[in-house]
Amino acid sequence: MGEDGESPKINHSFLRDYVTEADVISTVEFNQTGDLLATGDKGGRVVIFQRETESKGECEELGESGEYNVYSTFQSHEPDFDYLKSLEIEEKINKIRWLPQQNAAHFLLSTNDKRPEGYNLKDEEGRIKDVSTVTSLRVPVLKPADLMVEVRPRRIFSNGHTYHVNSISVNSDGETYLSADDLRINMWHLDITDRSFNIVDIKPANMEDLTEVITAAEFHPQHCHLFVYSSSKGTLRLCDMRDSALCDRHSKIFEEPEDPGNRSFFSEIISSVSDVKFSHSGRYLLTRDYLTVKVWDLHMDKGPVETYQVHEYLRSRLCSLYENDCIFDKFECVWNSNDSVIMTGAYNSFFRMFDRETGRGVTLEAWRENSKPRAVLRTRRVYTGGRRRRGDVGVDSLDFTKKILHMAWHPAENIIAIAATNNLYIFQDRVKPENQ
Amino acid sequence: MEDTNPEETNVEEQKDENKICLEKLEEAKLKAKYPHLGNKPGGSDLLRKRLQKGPKYFDSGDYNMAKAKIKNKPLPAAQTEKAEVTGDHIPTPQDLPQRKPSLVASKLAG
Repeated sequence: MGEDGESPKINHSFLRDYVTEADVISTVEFNQTGDLLATGDKGGRVVIFQRETESKGECEELGESGEYNVYSTFQSHEPDFDYLKSLEIEEKINKIRWLPQQNAAHFLLSTNDKRPEGYNLKDEEGRIKDVSTVTSLRVPVLKPADLMVEVRPRRIFSNGHTYHVNSISVNSDGETYLSADDLRINMWHLDITDRSFNIVDIKPANMEDLTEVITAAEFHPQHCHLFVYSSSKGTLRLCDMRDSALCDRHSKIFEEPEDPGNRSFFSEIISSVSDVKFSHSGRYLLTRDYLTVKVWDLHMDKGPVETYQVHEYLRSRLCSLYENDCIFDKFECVWNSNDSVIMTGAYNSFFRMFDRETGRGVTLEAWRENSKPRAVLRTRRVYTGGRRRRGDVGVDSLDFTKKILHMAWHPAENIIAIAATNNLYIFQDRVKPENQ
Repeated sequence: MEDTNPEETNVEEQKDENKICLEKLEEAKLKAKYPHLGNKPGGSDLLRKRLQKGPKYFDSGDYNMAKAKIKNKPLPAAQTEKAEVTGDHIPTPQDLPQRKPSLVASKLAG
């Protein structure tokens, strides 16, 4: 390229807002103890955070718990190419799931659009040599060594999927897991990479007859023979693997009854379930569609038992949300440890929490310019009419590029991890000593 | 479970009607902007587009197939599989997507 003698001054202010595509976080997941937190990003990298053990005594104020610091990072998937179809295979990590810890090492599954992979993580700190084993006169110098984490790829589950993998779920049996793409669900044994069982196949003989796709799937937390999958039409299907090898016929189907005359162009699109999660108790299901989160009772397939409005004010903006593709955004939803609170993300860096006992919802914000570390998050509000309060945000002022799609809740404590584009926020509940 | 009194049921129905009203208004806006939009949004077209996300790169085999298709309309039965979008679109250099930047360590770990 030719060199300009005097190039005009470039305004770099826009660069501050520019986020490298690769840094966008695409999945967040705590392990079973909550001591480790894994994130995956669009660049195919995994970053794992570890909770520091609590400080000893002196600075224990307000029950402050340990912080999460970087434990390890590695490249999980790389960009790939499907030569037959001339299509790129993205390295973006769609989901990470941890296996229950069995020995000193940790094991996680990480998947992109095509291929789940299993990674082993082992750490070692510099150890102090036992004095009694020293036999010569050399006095060892103790140098505390940095934590060394060894990451090794252990399993590559190839060629299982023609379509894009949206979910992986580890079975309670600890031996198998499922991976789901748009049209099929496979079950794998964690130790066998050259074979998988196809357990759901909804591909029609003629693709022109295609009416719905699989959007998410999960194994039941206790019953190893049960799993659920959600569809783009808003239905949930509970399948029992004891029924047949191929679970194309569901054991139970959960859908909300709708008056067929009362439908619009958008009805089906906004009813598409973007995420489904079993409660920790195994009794309920939590689903997220475009405008609501719903709680379903496994014993009642006629409709959800609870429905919470996430951002109902968007219903009058569906036209523009369709034009800018936001209507297809896939938000995740999570339960807290005792299934009493549910949480999901929204736009403008907002996320919502609903208390199931009171039915009340609260809006919080994951945006560092509005909060300092250790400050208490203040609740936010979107102005939808009535008396306008200070701090309310108008619907048309919402930033639709700031989406909170991915999040995780610590398995035992009130600690949440929120992915906001390329930033990870970790919030925790301030427990007052007198309440402990 | 307590009985829902008639007032409550009416409010519920009204809420649903309101919702559909809003949606239909939005639908009218959309149709006004894009008159060619088909009536069945959740149909196979939208889903098939979803099944094949991502840029399709230039494929000389597909390119030649597509050129041949234009010349000879009737195709042998074996090749009429409409499962995937494979070659109808003849790409031009302008269509080709940018090359990805090289792999770099995540900033979260930095």
